[in-house]
Amino acid sequence: MQYITLDNETDFDGWREAARSLVLHHVQPTNVAWTVQGRDAELFAPQAPSPILAVNDGSFKVSGKFVDLAKAAILHRDPERFAILYRLLWRLKDNHDLIEVATDPDVALATAMARAVHRDEHKMHAFVRFREIGRERAAHYVAWFEPEHHIVELAAPFFAKRFADMPWSILTPELCAHWDGHSLSFTPGVNKSEAPGEDRLEETWRRYYASIFNPARLKVKAMQAEMPKKYWRNLPEASIIKPLIEDAERMTGAMIANAATDPHKPQRRPEAPMTRKTAANDLEALREEAAHCRACHLYKDATQTVFGEGPKSANIMLVGEQPGDKEDLAGHPFVGPAGQMLDRALEEAGVDRKKVYVTNAVKHFKFVPRGKIRLHQKPNTPEIKACRQWYEREVSAIQPDLIVAMGATAAQSVFGKITPIGKNRGRLIDLPDGRKALVTVHPSYLLRLPDPEAKALEYRRFVEDLKIVAGLQKKAARAA
Amino acid sequence: MDVQRKLEILADAAKYDASCASSGTEKRDSSDRKGMGSTAPGMGICHSYAPDGRCISLLKVLLTNACNYDCLYCVNRASSNVPRARFTIEEVVKLTLDFYRRNYIEGLFLSSGIIRSPDYTMEQVVGVARKLREEHHFRGYIHLKTIPEADDALIAEAGKYADRLSINIEMPEEASLQQFAPEKDVRAIRRTMGRLRLKLDEAEENRVAKTKARPQRFAPAGQSTQMIVGADSASDHTILHTSSNLYGSYKLRRVYYSAFSPIPDASRALPLVQPPLLREHRLYQADWLMRFYGFDVGEIVDDSAMLPLDIDPKLAWALRHRDRFPLDVNRASREELLRVPGFGTKAVERIIATRRTTTIRLADLARLHVPRNKALPFIVLSDHRPSPHRLDAAGLIERFKPKATQLGFGF
Ligand code: SF4
Repeated sequence: MQYITLDNETDFDGWREAARSLVLHHVQPTNVAWTVQGRDAELFAPQAPSPILAVNDGSFKVSGKFVDLAKAAILHRDPERFAILYRLLWRLKDNHDLIEVATDPDVALATAMARAVHRDEHKMHAFVRFREIGRERAAHYVAWFEPEHHIVELAAPFFAKRFADMPWSILTPELCAHWDGHSLSFTPGVNKSEAPGEDRLEETWRRYYASIFNPARLKVKAMQAEMPKKYWRNLPEASIIKPLIEDAERMTGAMIANAATDPHKPQRRPEAPMTRKTAANDLEALREEAAHCRACHLYKDATQTVFGEGPKSANIMLVGEQPGDKEDLAGHPFVGPAGQMLDRALEEAGVDRKKVYVTNAVKHFKFVPRGKIRLHQKPNTPEIKACRQWYEREVSAIQPDLIVAMGATAAQSVFGKITPIGKNRGRLIDLPDGRKALVTVHPSYLLRLPDPEAKALEYRRFVEDLKIVAGLQKKAARAA
Repeated sequence: MDVQRKLEILADAAKYDASCASSGTEKRDSSDRKGMGSTAPGMGICHSYAPDGRCISLLKVLLTNACNYDCLYCVNRASSNVPRARFTIEEVVKLTLDFYRRNYIEGLFLSSGIIRSPDYTMEQVVGVARKLREEHHFRGYIHLKTIPEADDALIAEAGKYADRLSINIEMPEEASLQQFAPEKDVRAIRRTMGRLRLKLDEAEENRVAKTKARPQRFAPAGQSTQMIVGADSASDHTILHTSSNLYGSYKLRRVYYSAFSPIPDASRALPLVQPPLLREHRLYQADWLMRFYGFDVGEIVDDSAMLPLDIDPKLAWALRHRDRFPLDVNRASREELLRVPGFGTKAVERIIATRRTTTIRLADLARLHVPRNKALPFIVLSDHRPSPHRLDAAGLIERFKPKATQLGFGF
């Protein structure tokens, strides 16, 4: 039998060194007894602790996961933990993957211990309550806490990083942690009477606690599951929990029973919001009106109406299909990837972007949500028809000479009927009202082409189409 | 009025906002000793729990409960007779720091009634955050409520100081918002959410691409929203459809569901009943299924239908799809396992790691932290196979209905 005595309850390095040596000397787990200096003295009194056997060159590997698990589990208060971890280590030596087997009893036991330790650490971070001694610059903050496991050293750095600019001490029965503004130190445990009994802010805190809780939704079990009663005795707010609960039902009943009082007549301030700004011109008025359009159901899930943009004096109007994700969020047409593609092509073709009016056949984004993204959907004929009124009114406000329909949806709106792109693209077509129309592809079609060669080719054709626009723009500029 | 009394009024006014999280932000601490505070990596810390079961992690207050608007469901509406108060910026800053020093809180959640104008109100709210961050170098968590339609520069500044920004959608449908809050405009709320998302995306892109030396910081814990449940007649399907749309459109971190509860001095137009807490709970479960388990709204609940109250939505789904079960735990894919009642994401990870080396048996379920009763009819293990009649049994659902329980409090 080997008797191993560790320096203290959290002596991971001592355990590790001993365990390593024991494994290398093939000492069966059943032949090892573990204890800690000063604990259970009488039990082991007859035996002197065994010297740690010297290790020659032998070594073996264990996974980092085990090391993390052991570092945490060793802080558990169960005296058996050293033996359990040694048994696990012994078995891991020949079965590396064992650590992944959640159903193994030793793995499950060690994991449960580590989890309990981390939970206790988390609760310490949460439930330590500092009390101020002295004021202002001379203040020192002292807390009393009773952890369940040996976690003070584990939990202390958190407080050092959080409250770096104030000196504090956390007193516990086993070990006390101190921060002087520069470094952490530890001293032996003390009695609760050493800790300050109150703080000037506790009454304020209790008032906050009482006010933030909604008596109409009492859920006492849920509260206790997260804040077990064993922590209550050191929480200043706990003293009012019982009266609050007792009062809650009465208060809720009273709220429900009490007839509402006569409404107070609010006095509106003159600068109260929600005043509509009046439109500067007919295009502005149109935009404002369209923002409230409900002519089809597309408005429901979209963020906003994305109306056309550009100078009222434009003699060229570009019509796209419908706004995409980015346009929907920003409220402006052609600001997403397709918009960037369009800008580039316009520039290459020699069209002055600032002088054209850009809009869409359908003014709301149509999509289906898929988790965190929105999948673009093609508008159908009823939606295109419902939205055509806006297009028509834009045309009559702008009075363009040339309308460029980009993509099938746009063509359908511009010609008032389904109009295939392939057959009609790249030439000027007369519209019934005397304007000219030009049909081409939508820039997002270019973005979707997977083959780079086809993409380059199609992009050239698109630029060629736009050069017709550039020609007309120049002609109009000369005429003006 | 003293600060304590103000705190009572302005915390009371803030308690109907269900959001409490202080999680998911960047990692910060004050080891440089220039200021105070840190953020917990991963999840935030709940420093206390109120008897309503909710976590207290932030000082949650209104800057003022005076408001120009008259939203019926709101205790602070212009026509309500509740006492009014207004904090100064300095008072909120001091309270936050004082509470923080004692480790009562993780930070501040500041909201406000709308006074004068959206810009004026937003400026005040941002003013508190600015002072905490710039003058006191406060590194704790800050959540600010965004005022719809506030100026872009104020929104950008809010995102610079805050960890999280939120703006409440309030009601699941536009029609109910019109009815209950005629001055609020769902379009304005959605436009603001859209603006926030564009800014969040931009900050994220800069962070990933590291294009700028110091990318402009913008609300690293993202944005969230809240919907009131049970004040209008919207179905659970409508509510979840709205949520899924909001998640997809604005990349919200969370949609909070707040069971409508009676408020002091309530408007006569409101249902004065106990809040539907169980319904709220089922909605959170369903929301969870959408976010972490790959469920679509349509799978969880039929058009215009309600979630069952007696069993959880995943179990309800499994009972509607008995033909897909029982599943062999030792063979099924991750996606399939995630659909087994009682199997959480962590349990599924443990199962997948474990079955690489060994076969999973009946006795192992407890160690995998799987509730046996719930899962057994739906799974096959090397030493368990549910009787073929079991899944068809009409009484199966009865087996899962909870025994009537009472909320008790043992002292
Ligand atoms: S898509 Fe067009 S018709 Fe439909 S709601 Fe929007 S603006 Fe109106």
